[in-house]
Amino acid sequence: MLDDFNLSVDRGTLTGLLGPSGSGKSTLMRAIVGVQQIAAGQVEVLGLPAGSEPVRSRVGYLTQSPSVYGDLTTRQNLRYFAAVLGTGPDAVDRALDQVDMHSHADDLVAKLSGGETSRASLAVALLGEPEVLVLDEPTVGLDPVLRRDLWNLFNDLAASGVTLLVSSHVMDEAERCGRLLLMREGALLADESPAGLLAQTDTADAEQAFLHLIDEAAGR
Amino acid sequence: MTPRITLATAGRVLAQLRHDRRTLGLLLFVPAALLTLLWWMYEGGPTFDAIGPALLALFPFIGMFLVTSVATLRERTSGTLERLLAMPTGKLDFLLGYALAFGLMATLQALIAAGVAVGLLGLDVAGPTSLLIVVAILDALLGVALGLFVSAFAATEFQVVQFMPALVLPQVLLCGLLVARDELPALLSAISDVLPLSYAVDAMREVQVSIDPSIGGYALIIAAFAVGFLALGAGTLRRRTA
Repeated sequence: MLDDFNLSVDRGTLTGLLGPSGSGKSTLMRAIVGVQQIAAGQVEVLGLPAGSEPVRSRVGYLTQSPSVYGDLTTRQNLRYFAAVLGTGPDAVDRALDQVDMHSHADDLVAKLSGGETSRASLAVALLGEPEVLVLDEPTVGLDPVLRRDLWNLFNDLAASGVTLLVSSHVMDEAERCGRLLLMREGALLADESPAGLLAQTDTADAEQAFLHLIDEAAGR
Repeated sequence: MTPRITLATAGRVLAQLRHDRRTLGLLLFVPAALLTLLWWMYEGGPTFDAIGPALLALFPFIGMFLVTSVATLRERTSGTLERLLAMPTGKLDFLLGYALAFGLMATLQALIAAGVAVGLLGLDVAGPTSLLIVVAILDALLGVALGLFVSAFAATEFQVVQFMPALVLPQVLLCGLLVARDELPALLSAISDVLPLSYAVDAMREVQVSIDPSIGGYALIIAAFAVGFLALGAGTLRRRTA
């Protein structure tokens, strides 16, 4: 699915991953987390093979569909995953704070709205202060206020030295990243800063730049 | 394997059950209710004494098989298993966590079912009642192990439930409950020799007829099957998937 693909990301940066559905964004993210079968090639995270035992507790991963237990409360979910990671109980409250889910902490996840469920799942990825965060569509289904708050959180995390790779469909969010990767059919179409992308495509916003590059690549 | 993660997983499975009162009630009380029905059908006579212990072997096996296979399938399809395996969870942590949690449920189930059968319904067994419970718990663990393994071969809950008639009912038919195993046609008798449930029912029968039953050999065989299924189950838990 990913062919002839080379990429390296610096520590403490926020990189946005854009591209149409089926372009290989999730596959790339799964490879970095170490849950994707790889035919050939090497993936290293924090200088170690992706998915190897010592990096597993240092990487936070958010899958596209929320992976939390519907028949537990948000807090119970967080407590369980915190125990798996071996982090203290205060990590649970910190994660609840970060995604602003304290008011729903004791509701069953199955009873939460779609946006709340994905925030509960995001909170799990934030547990244990991971050094690398791989987030597959973390803001899907969220209202603008929450999206802004989460992007502020991502920028704060990057500023504190966390390396983030965030995929998104929402183009105005792309401008919040330090670096943008545009993928199409398993290949890297662009690798630029948001300003560089606009300059290269001579467009006014990320959405137009994105469409411009996709159309260009498709020969339209 | 990390004991902290194994125990957390067992605790989490039990917490899920606590939120699901209906499943909890069905798990704990249906076997006792079925034994009561049986007692009523045979008016508590010698037939009840003859097949009661065998059913005490069947119920935990079938019940735990169903619950575990559906629960593990959900973990596989919801992405929680992938998330756990991307964390420091070991495969054994996952498998033994489930075995511990459902083993505990099976113990409660067996205590209630055997308590009702022996205490209230007057089920007459020669050996000690405690051995009935030990065998019932082993059968439950066998069901858990088989359920964990089988869930790898189903993509949906419809499919996984169909494994019950496909894999469990033949064992029920051949375990000696309907026709004594040595009276079966030779080929079927040989097949029943390699099915784990046969040994569970044999062990129960031993407790039923012998004042000083020796079930060590049967227990060992059932445990070996359970460990074998768990090992096969561990082979189906892949950290990396396509």
